[in-house]
Amino acid sequence: MTGAGESGGTTVLGDAERRAANGEAAARPVTYAVRSEQDLLTVRHAVRAATRRAGFSIVDQTRVVTAASELARNAYVHGGGGALTIDYPTRRDAVGLRLTVTDDGPGIDDVPTALADGYTTGNGLGHGLGGARRLMDEFDIRTEVGGGTTVTATRWAVR
Amino acid sequence: MSSPPATGVPILRLGDVLVTGLLNELDDEAALRFTSELMERIATEGARGVLIDISRLEIIDSFVARTLMELTTTARLLGARVIVAGMRPPVAITLAELGLQLTGVETALNAEQGMAALGWHQSPAPPGEVRHDRRR
Repeated sequence: MTGAGESGGTTVLGDAERRAANGEAAARPVTYAVRSEQDLLTVRHAVRAATRRAGFSIVDQTRVVTAASELARNAYVHGGGGALTIDYPTRRDAVGLRLTVTDDGPGIDDVPTALADGYTTGNGLGHGLGGARRLMDEFDIRTEVGGGTTVTATRWAVR
Repeated sequence: MSSPPATGVPILRLGDVLVTGLLNELDDEAALRFTSELMERIATEGARGVLIDISRLEIIDSFVARTLMELTTTARLLGARVIVAGMRPPVAITLAELGLQLTGVETALNAEQGMAALGWHQSPAPPGEVRHDRRR
């Protein structure tokens, strides 16, 4: 197992962290590595837990976890690995869940084409990016050839 | 060549139908191993139908969708008909929004209806008679 080495000792959480971990206060962003098949599963579980914490409906939970799975797989397969960060933006009328997925891969040459259904360079169905965009309320791609890719995607649940 | 590590997903045989299911924890490599294991079983046991219960799947992303589509095509080439049963409603909604129609994949609401489509019927209790379990 990689990455778990540091957690061998006991981590002492302060009061605020413990509340945040329980979703009782504004939770802090948490970042997960996306470097292996196992990481993809870990990310799915973490995003599922985050959607529950945010109080999302079961359909919204499924949308966000599916989008996270697509984005994380893109970063793993095309970006050579990366990271996914979960945080919780807020609006007056809604609670949000934001996924930020970064990789240091080759970048995307032609974003509109990459977003088009059916376009694939990998082993999916070519619905990954475009599909993830449809499942989320806000979607943004920053990419540079040779400079990696960052996708930010947010889903809002109106309170 | 040693056989690939088992996926831990049981594949049961009922007559000429293989019954199995996908688990949520299946990762990409396990999904591919599962496919080859299932095809091997179809070929060696001469199965004519395959029921895949997916009621445990909390999401279907494009990789799993592709796995199901390829598995269905491959099984058909081996002479077996695949029915994917038990998709959760939120998963169906999300799949449709993703733009994935699982083209070519036959579905059923649940395992029971899937088995019925494959020719397995629950024998009705004879009217007015006490039903005895057939033991020995």
